Amino acid sequence: MGSNIDAITTVFTEFYYWVTVVFMFLIHVGFCIYEVAASRRRNHLHTLMKNTMVIPLVTVTFFFFGWWIYFAFPHGPFIFEGKGLDFAAAEGARPWSQNMGTNISDRINGVFWAAFLLFSWTAASIVSGAVIERIRSGAFWILAVIIGSFTWIIDAAWGWHWDGWMVKLLGYHDAYASGVIHAIAGGFALGVLLVLGPRLGKFTADGTPRDIPPHNVWMVTVGLFLIYTGFWGFYAACNVPIISPEAIGGQITGTTWTATNIYLAPTTLSAITFNFLMSLSGGLMVAYIVSKGDAFWTYSGGLAGIITASAGNDLYHPIQAMLIAGVGAWAAYKLHFWVERKFKIDDAVGAVAVHGYAGFIGLVICGFMLWGQPSSPYEGYATINPIGQFIGALIMFGLLGFLPAWIVSKILNGMGLLRIPRKVELEGLDFETNQDYEAALADVIAAENALVK
Amino acid sequence: MSTNGMSSWAVDLKDVAAVYPFQGTEFIMFIIGLAFWIWWHVAQMRMEKEEIHHEMDADASGKKAKEAIDRY
Repeated sequence: MGSNIDAITTVFTEFYYWVTVVFMFLIHVGFCIYEVAASRRRNHLHTLMKNTMVIPLVTVTFFFFGWWIYFAFPHGPFIFEGKGLDFAAAEGARPWSQNMGTNISDRINGVFWAAFLLFSWTAASIVSGAVIERIRSGAFWILAVIIGSFTWIIDAAWGWHWDGWMVKLLGYHDAYASGVIHAIAGGFALGVLLVLGPRLGKFTADGTPRDIPPHNVWMVTVGLFLIYTGFWGFYAACNVPIISPEAIGGQITGTTWTATNIYLAPTTLSAITFNFLMSLSGGLMVAYIVSKGDAFWTYSGGLAGIITASAGNDLYHPIQAMLIAGVGAWAAYKLHFWVERKFKIDDAVGAVAVHGYAGFIGLVICGFMLWGQPSSPYEGYATINPIGQFIGALIMFGLLGFLPAWIVSKILNGMGLLRIPRKVELEGLDFETNQDYEAALADVIAAENALVK
Repeated sequence: MSTNGMSSWAVDLKDVAAVYPFQGTEFIMFIIGLAFWIWWHVAQMRMEKEEIHHEMDADASGKKAKEAIDRY
């Protein structure tokens, strides 16, 4: 840090990302509450632990190789101009690099790593809800590491990086991760669900879907409220909080410092505050009507609304964000039940619809809304366009989401490791734990009663 | 040609103001936004009316209502 202004900028940036990480922790708390509330009582503890253990498993693997992938993979490898892995750019992200530890000359790497890591948890956590009550935890944790520390961070290197090939060639724009987190996670969940199959009793003999209600709708909504809260941190973490024109390679002229999106193109926290709240509102309003006031789907629709508008929420007008969100919430609700009926897919929490379809649709809408706008402050990049966004959506949902999940699930299923046995599913994953609990209760009650004179 | 008039970010930001798409249509967007909001109240009231009709038709004996009161 050469001057006091550099020092203030650096320490402010460090603190800024640190705060976003704390906020984003609430996303995981919310997902845990939401998932447990959606599951039946006989599966609570396993459902909770399935999502809780995402935290350590994705964290250590993201430290070991996830962070390195982000810096090494922007060119594909070999997709953009024949360039391979960028070993030089990724040097500071190697787990044995001195930058990956306490280092007075690098105050940003740790907090930036953590901000991305919390996105990784979110990606895995989105999948977690869809597969409750019948997946083996061991299989889920392998899948969680694949999306959390491998496939999502490849998509971030490709389409959520100032130097990513999708930004350069396709003009891909996804400022707040409609595709790079939500579409990929939704596609991934669909790939797993297709192999995993529905919960026992989900469909009647003639294929009509049954409603398996959450055991506690109120707790589901509390979980989603917490996810909304954490989403504030998520949005802030997608920005670079303050940067000088010189730091963006001199492309932006003059002396005005700015906040930027991940592509280093200017935006403001004010813009995303407007648009976050207006898209949440648009999603909630439409979801309330389309679901006839159903609490689960109204809250989910609020989330779907934000997710649909997220790709362009750095640049939309707030009323545009509200209307786009309304479209996304409506589409997510309708598509969820249509896919359930048509393809017999049992997505226990609607994750494929709320994250996958809404994210996909949001990317395509963004291509039309921001058509012709620069995707980057650097020269030679394609401008934002509908075809680039559509191809980008296919890459996120299909190539990096659905496909790897389906392949790995097939392998796990072939090895008999994907789904719990029918007997265990019927008696509940917590059966033995609950038996022990009841026995312990009976034992201690009897012991204490014996002490009463 | 772009939807917000920007073709490059290689500009001095002190000369840049609004960057959202379709500038000049703010008033139209406002009218559309107002219509959306009013539509919501109309749709919600219709939905609620239907729901209340259903509630009124249900449980003619009052037995389930008494159970609901007892459950608090």
